[in-house]
Amino acid sequence: MIDPPAWFRRLRRLVLLLLAVFTLTPVAVMLSSSLKPLQDVQGPWRWLPSHLTFRPYLDIWTTVPLARYFTNSLIVAGSATALSVLLAVLAGYAVSRYRFPGRRLFTTTVLSTQMFPGILFLLPLFLLYVNIGNSTGIALYGSRGGLILTYLTFSLPFSIWMLVGYFDSIPRDLDEAAAVDGCGPVRTLLRIVLPAAVPGIVAVAVYAFMTAWGEVLFASVMTNDQTRTLAVGLQGYATQTDVYWNQVMAASLVVSVPMVAGFLLLQRYLVAGLTAGAVK
Amino acid sequence: MIRLRRPGRRAALPYLLLLPALAVELLVHLVPMVVGILMSFKQLTQFTIRDWTTAPAAGTANYRMALDFNAPVGRALLDSFWTTCAFTLLSVGLSWLIGTTAAVLMQDAFRGRALLRAAFLLPYALPVFASVITWSFMFQRDTGLINHVLHDQLHLIGDKPFWLIGDNSFTALLTVSVWRSWPFAFLTLTAGLQNIPRELYEAAALDGAGVWQQIRRITLPSLRPVNQVLVLVLFLWTFNDFNTPFVLFGKAAPKAADLISVHIYQASFVTWNFGAGSAMSVLLLLFLLLVTAGYLFATNRRRGADD
Repeated sequence: MIDPPAWFRRLRRLVLLLLAVFTLTPVAVMLSSSLKPLQDVQGPWRWLPSHLTFRPYLDIWTTVPLARYFTNSLIVAGSATALSVLLAVLAGYAVSRYRFPGRRLFTTTVLSTQMFPGILFLLPLFLLYVNIGNSTGIALYGSRGGLILTYLTFSLPFSIWMLVGYFDSIPRDLDEAAAVDGCGPVRTLLRIVLPAAVPGIVAVAVYAFMTAWGEVLFASVMTNDQTRTLAVGLQGYATQTDVYWNQVMAASLVVSVPMVAGFLLLQRYLVAGLTAGAVK
Repeated sequence: MIRLRRPGRRAALPYLLLLPALAVELLVHLVPMVVGILMSFKQLTQFTIRDWTTAPAAGTANYRMALDFNAPVGRALLDSFWTTCAFTLLSVGLSWLIGTTAAVLMQDAFRGRALLRAAFLLPYALPVFASVITWSFMFQRDTGLINHVLHDQLHLIGDKPFWLIGDNSFTALLTVSVWRSWPFAFLTLTAGLQNIPRELYEAAALDGAGVWQQIRRITLPSLRPVNQVLVLVLFLWTFNDFNTPFVLFGKAAPKAADLISVHIYQASFVTWNFGAGSAMSVLLLLFLLLVTAGYLFATNRRRGADD
């Protein structure tokens, strides 16, 4: 728009202000409540703590085994991300650089799994993992391995799709030059294509990590006391009589900070990735 | 030196590269889907589930039970389906509207735009369980912020209502859902707006087009291809959403906010009727396939007509 009139600017300021309030209120609630003593969160709502306390930030680690949940979430989300990115790079490279029978079938099939409701394959997958465990002794149900395997497939279709877009934008002349210099396909991928696609790979990794870190449904069915992730473990701050809301908010904040920091640092790549994939 | 390669090895390479991705997709998505369809024709209870392959066959009994709208199970499924439809329409509509408004208003640079954009992306970046649990605190009847603001500060309502049980739970769920999904619409549309050449606006301004005309004639039409993908993605996410209601209400959602994913979860894992749960899942998939196919057909035809 060219030189919007004054009334438009005023309207814009008002609407954006309302949206900012809507968006940020939960964050303010999280922060304010996490610094309150217990009696403050058990009485009527107050915007600021009656007196500032950092106690909830110490108590969260002992009320529930938060450190264990944290470790589990880190291992599960980290491994799922690493594997998902690896598989997506290999598959994306194949789809972008080779013309082969079944290419379209592969992309269509993989992308269409994105639309299945999780609930549809939760139960069969749960039984499949139990059966594999019973017949081979490989513990997938209840283990971190099973959850890693599950989560890596959640982000895989989108990651492949996004990386194909990225790889396509890297000129094939570079590949050919590498081939003339005697590079095989693997060396071309490692030396030429990967370095040029770093922004795309970062975006895909952020997406994969966020998907795995926030997942609730499969985590609630597929884990036990030892392998529980944060997504399920956070509910442990509710006892039979009370909910320690100040601790819940402190824990929510602690588990959110790494995600938000990573996301805000890398959001530029995500927008670039979306522009390359969805908008083109 | 140019290396010579046997053609057979060369042709196999793309398949080798795809193999790992294909294997995990098969194991986690496609095989379970086939298993799920088979299970929907079995009688599965907590006793037969251990070895489901030998469970007695049920024929179409599970489907008949799910679709018998005069009996309790079918009735509840139908209610949940309509609730989910209303919820999805409202949530997608509002998220799209807010996302479009914000993207259009933030197209031009102004002071503080980068900061505001970062703030708007927060709901998308925060883990679901952390942000939705915060909302459930805000919706608490006696200790929550919502009732405090509406009753104590603004005096808009006479009594402090319950938000997480009873009819109000629909409003609560809708609010959280819109809060969570509009930033994605905003992000996607912002990316879409970056492709509009600025000269178009300059030419329009020279011709005397006002703010509304520029938005209506330039901005919105150029967003149409993005919107076609965005609306479908938002629809599928919202219709299948399990995380939001599950964290907000726990294992059993109130009737007014009983979304279909939670309903099926409840039928399978709480009342242990796995056969019926599978049949309901298959029906849900059929519905989603139909809607998606119809939508893609309609939008492609419209796009074809435009060309």
